[in-house]
Amino acid sequence: MQSDRNAPLDKTAALEICRSMGQITSDSLIPILQQIQDSYGYLPAEILFEVSRQTGLHVNHMFGVATFYEQFHLEPRGRHTIKCCRGTACHVRGGREIANTLKRQLGVEEGCTTADMRFTFETVACLGTCFLAPVMMVNNDYYGNVASSRIKSILEKYK
Amino acid sequence: MTTKKIRSHQHLKEAARRAQKVRQKYRCRALICMTGCRALGAADIAAAFKEKLVAAKLNKEVAVVETGCIGLCARAPVVLIEPYEYLYGGVKPGDVDEIIETTIRNGKPVESLVGVEDGNALPKIDQVGFYKAQHKAVLENCGRIDPKRIEDAIARGCYEAEAKALCTMAPEEVIEEVTKADLRGRGGAGFPTGLKWSFCRKSPGDEKYLICNADEGDPGAFMDRALKEGDPHRVIEGMTIAAYAIGAANGFVYVRAEYPIAVEHIGIALDQAREYGLLGKNILGSGFDFDIEVRIGAGAFVCGEETALIASLEGKRGMPRPRPPFPAQKGYHGKPTNINNVETFANVPLIINKGAKLYSSVGTDGGKGTKIFALAGKVNNTGLVEVPMGATLRQIVFDVGGGIPDGGKFKAAQMGGPSGGCVPGQFLDLGIDYDSVKDIGAIMGSGGLIVMDESTCMVDVARYFLQFVQSESCGKCTPCRVGAKEMLHILDAICEGRAAIEDLNRLERLADHVGKASLCGLGQTAPNPVMTTLRYFKNEYQDHIERNQCPAFVCSTMLSFHIDPDRCTGCGACARACPVEAIAGEKKKTHVIDGGICIRCGACLGACPPQFAAVYRRSGKLTKREKQKKPRSKS
Repeated sequence: MQSDRNAPLDKTAALEICRSMGQITSDSLIPILQQIQDSYGYLPAEILFEVSRQTGLHVNHMFGVATFYEQFHLEPRGRHTIKCCRGTACHVRGGREIANTLKRQLGVEEGCTTADMRFTFETVACLGTCFLAPVMMVNNDYYGNVASSRIKSILEKYK
Repeated sequence: MTTKKIRSHQHLKEAARRAQKVRQKYRCRALICMTGCRALGAADIAAAFKEKLVAAKLNKEVAVVETGCIGLCARAPVVLIEPYEYLYGGVKPGDVDEIIETTIRNGKPVESLVGVEDGNALPKIDQVGFYKAQHKAVLENCGRIDPKRIEDAIARGCYEAEAKALCTMAPEEVIEEVTKADLRGRGGAGFPTGLKWSFCRKSPGDEKYLICNADEGDPGAFMDRALKEGDPHRVIEGMTIAAYAIGAANGFVYVRAEYPIAVEHIGIALDQAREYGLLGKNILGSGFDFDIEVRIGAGAFVCGEETALIASLEGKRGMPRPRPPFPAQKGYHGKPTNINNVETFANVPLIINKGAKLYSSVGTDGGKGTKIFALAGKVNNTGLVEVPMGATLRQIVFDVGGGIPDGGKFKAAQMGGPSGGCVPGQFLDLGIDYDSVKDIGAIMGSGGLIVMDESTCMVDVARYFLQFVQSESCGKCTPCRVGAKEMLHILDAICEGRAAIEDLNRLERLADHVGKASLCGLGQTAPNPVMTTLRYFKNEYQDHIERNQCPAFVCSTMLSFHIDPDRCTGCGACARACPVEAIAGEKKKTHVIDGGICIRCGACLGACPPQFAAVYRRSGKLTKREKQKKPRSKS
């Protein structure tokens, strides 16, 4: 992984995103960051510097915004993202134990990625599917009425 | 190729008639919820219907409609068959053949898929208790139309109010009507909408903005998601009417990124509305121009606060600022701006269509019209619920919600999310509106309603919400940033058995300060969950502090798990379930839990076969015998 991380990234996608935005105003920043993240999986520093050169948006402002919002990540992400719902309905139906079990099985804390880059584990405020409580998501798949005992078999589906 | 543009009110009526004719070509419609139910395989059911109707040569007379939320999420995936009105729950692709044969060909209900209450099968949707006690007004189209087809919405009268307002009313008349209807903001605070609009209208300046706050961030709330996904045209219509009233040419919908289906459906709806001339330049030939842009939030709860939302739209960190100036005076890029919640906008077409008088005939003095609640937690019928203002909690939880599962007892309802409070059983018969809920220490909030039973620890709930608020605090003002954290420390101590009884006074004092001194609504209301639980469930706090006991068996440091040697047969199920290998014992011999290793997750309790029921839990002081881990005698 280490060698990949040090290799220079291809900037074409970033240049294309900046071009497609048209007139750049302060409003453009969050949509640009969202598209960069969609394209690269996270917000690599060298790409943000390039975006700054292209658009004239200040890089310190960019980092300020990127660190404020939960959706933005400055580090590479795992191949699969686990979102464990910590909403109220999930909480009263045992959501905390689901999160604890995931932490134990993955061996990482919330917001972290496993060493083999297989999973990034996040908790979210609410997935808005309270009728499935307790609920977790892996990538775009929902798992409802999750029991701690099912977690192992769910994770095995994702290599 | 004729253009689809609708150029006048008359033209819209003709379009509605044409769309209705198209609908009538089908003698039967299979409505399949493709939003919430998608999580449980609705897409496969829709595919099965389409394929099998073609095979049965019925596809010319039977329509498959992919709708928004039908409401009864507890029985997802849900299918509704018009015109019979049979409601099927828990449907699998394998059931489709039988539905086609029994219902679509012969008009009879499929017994195995219909709802059962008190032993009676209730095939029709209006027989089901969940729907009987509701009053669908804002949600009238949700679950009845395909949100991706504007013709469906127009056939059901959508955009009629927009045409009426733009073509026959002056902006001041629109504001007057909304004011007379006494519509109050559905996002939580309940500010009068008509008044808000008139502030913005009167604000000097030619360039004004309209924002739809669709950043529904409250945990346990999914009303706005359902509206955006199931009936986006109603929201667009409401926004266009509001823009006309205040004189705005540009609008935004600020949606949270966790709702990809909502983003998709709003995007489609906006494109279609533009294509039909219901949005854009010279709408319906009235000379009024208005367009809407979708912005996706980047994940910050505080952006539900209006000044923080505006900062986020401007590409800044989403932090609130002191008011005044209010957004109506200086909002987006310093221009007068009006912000309303999704559900508020969705109410506007009703007012314009029905007139203020008829609209306000529903509800109470403390709130007019209806309110949508997201009913979840320990309740049988979780789902999307619309009731008149003034309906009681008992009606919502028991008549609509079907009561508590597994014979549990109602303990409290959490209303209004992190800004709200826990309403105890003594208020079950209180009519719910903005004022009555405020009087008892909660707030109406956006409409999340989480039911809690005896297995919910109220101290833990207070801690849960404070954890949420504390992690979502933007950090700008000290009372919220530091105060919430200090409150959380006290609650952590209480839940972990480290607190003294004086801490309750400290907690109350801090709560008061945080509420009074915080800059924005997030901090000002953050103490509500703590204050209401302290007010109504003080005995639970005392149990935690004085007896080191969690009566609901939730706070894990106060729990211990034991195996009754007289009941244990040594099957080993508990040992296999234990994640930390805290359980030892030979096969067919009594097992023992090592309290030093045990993390109190409760896996053993769930794993012990019910016929043995050897694992039990304790909270509070242990008996001497339990301390010594010696066999307990049979009682």
